Amino acid sequence: MTTPDGRQTQGLTLGKDELLHLYRQMVQIRRFEERAAEQYAHGKIGGFLHLYIGEEAVAVGAISAKEPQDHVITHYRDHGYAVALGIDPRLLMAELFGRATGIVGGRGGSMHFADAERKFWGGYAIVAGHLPIAVGLALASQYLEQNYVVLCFFGDGATNNGAFHEALNFASLWKLPVLFICENNQYGMGTHVEYASAVPEMARKAAAYDIPAARVDGQDVLVMRDAVKQALDHCRAGHGPFFLEALTYRFRGHSMADPEAYRSKEEVEQRRREDPIIRFRDKLLAEGVTTAEELDQIDTEVDQQMDEAVRFADESPVPDPATLTEGVYAEPVAAR
Amino acid sequence: MAREITYRDALREALREEMDRDERVFLMGEDIGAYGGSYVVTRGFLEQYGRKRVRDTPISELAIVGLANGAAMGGLRPVVELMTINFSLLAMDQIVNHAAKIHYMFNRQISVPVVIRTASGWGQLGATHSQTFEAWYAHVPGLRVVMPATPKDAKGFLKSAIRGQDPVMFIEHSLIYRNRGEVPDGEYLLPLEGAEVRREGTDVTIVSWSRGYYLALGAAEELARDGIEAEVIDMRVLRPLDIDTVVRSVQKTNRLVIVEESWRTLGMGAEIAAAVQEHAFDYLDAPIARVGSVEVPMPYAKNLERLVIPGKDEVVAAVHELLRRDVAVAR
Ligand SMILES: Cc1ncc(C[n+]2csc(CCOP(=O)(O)OP(=O)(O)O)c2C)c(N)n1
Ligand SMILES: [Mg+2]
Repeated sequence: MTTPDGRQTQGLTLGKDELLHLYRQMVQIRRFEERAAEQYAHGKIGGFLHLYIGEEAVAVGAISAKEPQDHVITHYRDHGYAVALGIDPRLLMAELFGRATGIVGGRGGSMHFADAERKFWGGYAIVAGHLPIAVGLALASQYLEQNYVVLCFFGDGATNNGAFHEALNFASLWKLPVLFICENNQYGMGTHVEYASAVPEMARKAAAYDIPAARVDGQDVLVMRDAVKQALDHCRAGHGPFFLEALTYRFRGHSMADPEAYRSKEEVEQRRREDPIIRFRDKLLAEGVTTAEELDQIDTEVDQQMDEAVRFADESPVPDPATLTEGVYAEPVAAR
Repeated sequence: MAREITYRDALREALREEMDRDERVFLMGEDIGAYGGSYVVTRGFLEQYGRKRVRDTPISELAIVGLANGAAMGGLRPVVELMTINFSLLAMDQIVNHAAKIHYMFNRQISVPVVIRTASGWGQLGATHSQTFEAWYAHVPGLRVVMPATPKDAKGFLKSAIRGQDPVMFIEHSLIYRNRGEVPDGEYLLPLEGAEVRREGTDVTIVSWSRGYYLALGAAEELARDGIEAEVIDMRVLRPLDIDTVVRSVQKTNRLVIVEESWRTLGMGAEIAAAVQEHAFDYLDAPIARVGSVEVPMPYAKNLERLVIPGKDEVVAAVHELLRRDVAVAR
């Protein structure tokens, strides 16, 4: 599939429309996150805000490779997947603003986007807590012969939690159709992998459970897409789980409150030179797929779209207080 | 002599003094070193004490506490930081099935002197990051559960917890780290027991702990403007629970309001109310009132969150309601 160092280059086998779509989605995520950071600074967004800036190629590449019936479940750094799934950015921004029009009605906020219709089972904020859930969704697929694969995203930090190991063991033991996508961005909050994981390659952890694995360049959207396509084929064919380690990097702090004392400016600067969007843009231009004007036009359109998302969020009503206690249970409760 | 310092600095002083005093004391937790601690309690400690004594860990709550249990049994004095009390649920088995049991189960041969520092709190953090579980831990014999409100208690309790022989759940609160208060100069320890009457009053007793204590105090000051004198008790320690102090107060004021940040159902308030009516039934002029959270998972939206968590106004309203019912009963 891919070389162990994850440095495979991909020919541009996709059509122009598809390539530009991938580009647009990455820019959408970038701009969405930039707007979110601005609005956080203005006090329109509260609590935790974990930005996906720098990791766009992972979500966009992976999600572009899935079939419509496939499911997605993620950790709390979840904006990128939601955008890549095509969810209206207005609903996502409104969620960050805590508005009634938000994707989960203002109840979840940044860490808990979800869209059941798209089989996007949500962002979860207890590290590794969603891995067993992902395996359960895969169990349902196998049991009901549904032919969907579950794409489960999580960070390098999550691989050190017990839930990760229990989930992988189950997935392999029962040959369940789940694709584990570990975004190795080198840090769990402020702790470098070196201080958190006995092995620096997350993919090696899959070997303990006999799950085939690969490391891929998560900063290259086409490499990502191709790797996920092949991995999904494996899962869909009934061979059980697959494990992909996407090598990536977050350009911003862990959350908005992070002073980033644990890494140097030089390190961040250097990684920023591998900006996945610029890399893809350069490639599209170098291969003559499109012109700078055409790409600039996309940038402008996305800018307008995100301005509109902010405006929509800002003008949306806050949740009706009368709804506060609705939905604690799925069925009515009579007792007082 | 006394100095005024923040709650955070009180904790830092306690940790430093104990680490300087005893080489066996070490810290372990997620992001306590290079990152400086999620609530900045241990900033600078890694530089000062080095990696042997300030240990950044993987995101492995169960194993962190499990290792601490073993290290304590092996002669060390681990002080664990679990980033927030929400994540302590992942370590629940090591806390409840192991730390709390070993001394008794093995007939006093072995003790587990572990300190687990963690924080409750909220602030648009959503359903899984806004909870507090002191009542869950206070349910368990074998654990000591402290929830200091003031810098003085924070420092004195933490030092005693580190020197003690029992496992201690040491629960801080993200919204009071910057609160300032007096601490005695020089070394002091505080016993890990006992509630404290922090404001005297005659008309009603308001009981709380941690951040809730400040709500109670704020409410008492507001009530005083209406001529209502509330006695305010800071419970400080939730296991063992000092009911006697509450009972003595209720015998004087005849009315009790309990303020808690968590859900009322099976919360600390339920226990305190039950114990008070056992010991002071004849002294009560009105039903015991409890002010707590609305029983929903915490919503993110600011306006909804504000409705869920009790504020000073709710405490004041509860006191007025109680006095109204009291009058109605008298009639
Ligand atoms: C069980 C648990 N412990 C601790 C935390 C606090 N926390 C939130 S994110 C995070 C780091 C996760 O790192 P990683 O899995 O690598 O994901 P990344 O943020 O890098 O995308 C930690 C420790 C948590 N949410 N859940
Ligand atoms: Mg990471």
